[in-house]
Amino acid sequence: MALDDLLAGFGDALTPGNLLFALLGVLLGTAVGVLPGIGPAMTVALLLPATYVLEPTSALIMFAGIYYGGMYGGSTTSILLNTPGESSSIMTALEGNKMAKAGRGSAALATAAIGSFVAGTIATLLLALVAPTVVDLAIGVTAADYFALAVIAFVAVATVLGSSPLRGLASLCLGLYLGLVGTDVLTGQERFTLGIPQLSDGIDVVVVAVALFAVGESLYVASRLRRGSVQVIDHKGNWMTREDFRRSWKPWLRGTAYGFPLGALPAGGAEIPTFLSYATERKLTKHPDEFGKGAIEGVAGPEAANNAAAAGVLVPLLTLGIPTSATAAIILAAFQGYGIQPGPTLLTTEGPLVWALIASLFIGNAMLLVLNLPLVGVWVRLLRIPRPYLYAGILAFASLGSFAVNADPLDLVLLMVLGLLGFVMRRYGWPVAPAVIGLILGPIAETNLRRALAISDGDLGVLVDTWFSRIVLLLALLVVVVPIVLRLVRGPRTTPAELQHADAKTDAGDRSTL
Amino acid sequence: MAVVVVGLVPNARGQAALEHGLRESRQRGARLVVVNSSRGDALVDEDFLQGDGLRRLHEELAASGVPFQVRQPVHGRDVAEELAAVVAETSAELLVIGVRRRTPVGKLLMGSAAQRILLEVDCPILAVKSPPPAS
Repeated sequence: MALDDLLAGFGDALTPGNLLFALLGVLLGTAVGVLPGIGPAMTVALLLPATYVLEPTSALIMFAGIYYGGMYGGSTTSILLNTPGESSSIMTALEGNKMAKAGRGSAALATAAIGSFVAGTIATLLLALVAPTVVDLAIGVTAADYFALAVIAFVAVATVLGSSPLRGLASLCLGLYLGLVGTDVLTGQERFTLGIPQLSDGIDVVVVAVALFAVGESLYVASRLRRGSVQVIDHKGNWMTREDFRRSWKPWLRGTAYGFPLGALPAGGAEIPTFLSYATERKLTKHPDEFGKGAIEGVAGPEAANNAAAAGVLVPLLTLGIPTSATAAIILAAFQGYGIQPGPTLLTTEGPLVWALIASLFIGNAMLLVLNLPLVGVWVRLLRIPRPYLYAGILAFASLGSFAVNADPLDLVLLMVLGLLGFVMRRYGWPVAPAVIGLILGPIAETNLRRALAISDGDLGVLVDTWFSRIVLLLALLVVVVPIVLRLVRGPRTTPAELQHADAKTDAGDRSTL
Repeated sequence: MAVVVVGLVPNARGQAALEHGLRESRQRGARLVVVNSSRGDALVDEDFLQGDGLRRLHEELAASGVPFQVRQPVHGRDVAEELAAVVAETSAELLVIGVRRRTPVGKLLMGSAAQRILLEVDCPILAVKSPPPAS
């Protein structure tokens, strides 16, 4: 029974030690969420080597805190600086910054925080309810079905994230390629190791993720250190009024309704639901004149949607072992680091761990609500850290972490090379998330593909043997083809990124750091 | 026309420096150049005047009747270098800065912008701690 398990999870999560890790996680998460360019995915990757000495439960509770905290932190920067800290907060900046300029910053921050809490709590509850059911359905999934699921996750993430599907797919292929390096598990053949013995174990996920996120971003920032600074708008003004509440609660719930299912689908995390939520609120509002000038619905909806999506992303991760966002992919790598393979069996073999994780999401969410509003001043002060110090710290931590995983100097060389690659990707607008997902999910997909082919004696027909895999592969095909057709028919599409460029400056670019 | 330069940071010391600067330029019949710079390496620099603060500064200067100019150089250099550059360029006859008491340990750790300005800028410098007496 899910509820009993959840209560047991609360029992595990409410120990003083784990509470401390949850608190540490949400504080770190909010801090990195506030800082543009540094997201939860980079943070979890940087912390991964340091957490191998911890209990898996404690480490994952901290990661969950970082994950949720990042969602909260992004809204603060969006509202007060008009510089979205995370790609999922781009929509918040549209109305939130206008509200802050009109002296209603406190109300905007409050509706964002409370909306995030409401959505996060409902969505986590849904996660707890849905997960066992999905696991029951997933028990019958064959290797071929699993491969199909991985394929749809690949194409969806690659085509949805970033500025163009082509860049996304290219980035995905890069990740898949890096995932191939190493010894073939089935035949023992060495692939792409260039005769370097250290590469026969493959390139460590930590090294790739840290290089692409941390080193790439640091080099990018160094290459164009912004001259001049952004003005912070005082978060003065009244807290939410009764009227604000009345106008906010429906967008919160609608945002949740968009965020959770879309987050749970392998559609690339939080950008799409926030975009849809904003568009819906704009259509449904009784105050159309206020949109574009600071309508509270336009903050409440997207903020709720991005937190609900964050919980939704955990559904495929915990029940199927399929990550659909960069942070989820790195949390999957963390599971693997502890020798746990997420997948349909996770909830049965590691039940207490998963339930403690879900319980800690509730706890983290409550902590964030309490911490966020009173500490806004502290978070804003973080933005005064001169970037050379900040990124020097990140680089030092990145090198330390990469060296720590295997104590092998070669990893530092790889870190540099892949870091340069990350810089080039960032420079030319290739999203990093598909590469990370390809790297981590690629080997899992390959194993399942070859298992299916081994069973069928090499007959490719096995891949479309069940209705499940047929439908999923068809959907994957549609995901690739439909946007191309639509573009031919309707002209260039309007993406959240384009809307953002039209309406407000962004520093988040097309990074998908969910 | 002679030039008086003021290094302005939006706080009490900066305000004191500004008032002394206004008085000096009035007495000397000099043009006032107000310098408010930022290294520009942090996303947010609250010492860099923008929006309302900048508008108030312009209003205050306009009300004083002294010919003035506000410069906000952002070249990634620290404030001593920026001021030295402005002083050299305008051949200023006086630089006014606000200073505050610092502990030796604080100076050791963080350095002192005022000390660097005093050593590096090639013109007479008026270092003030409080607003000028009413004249």
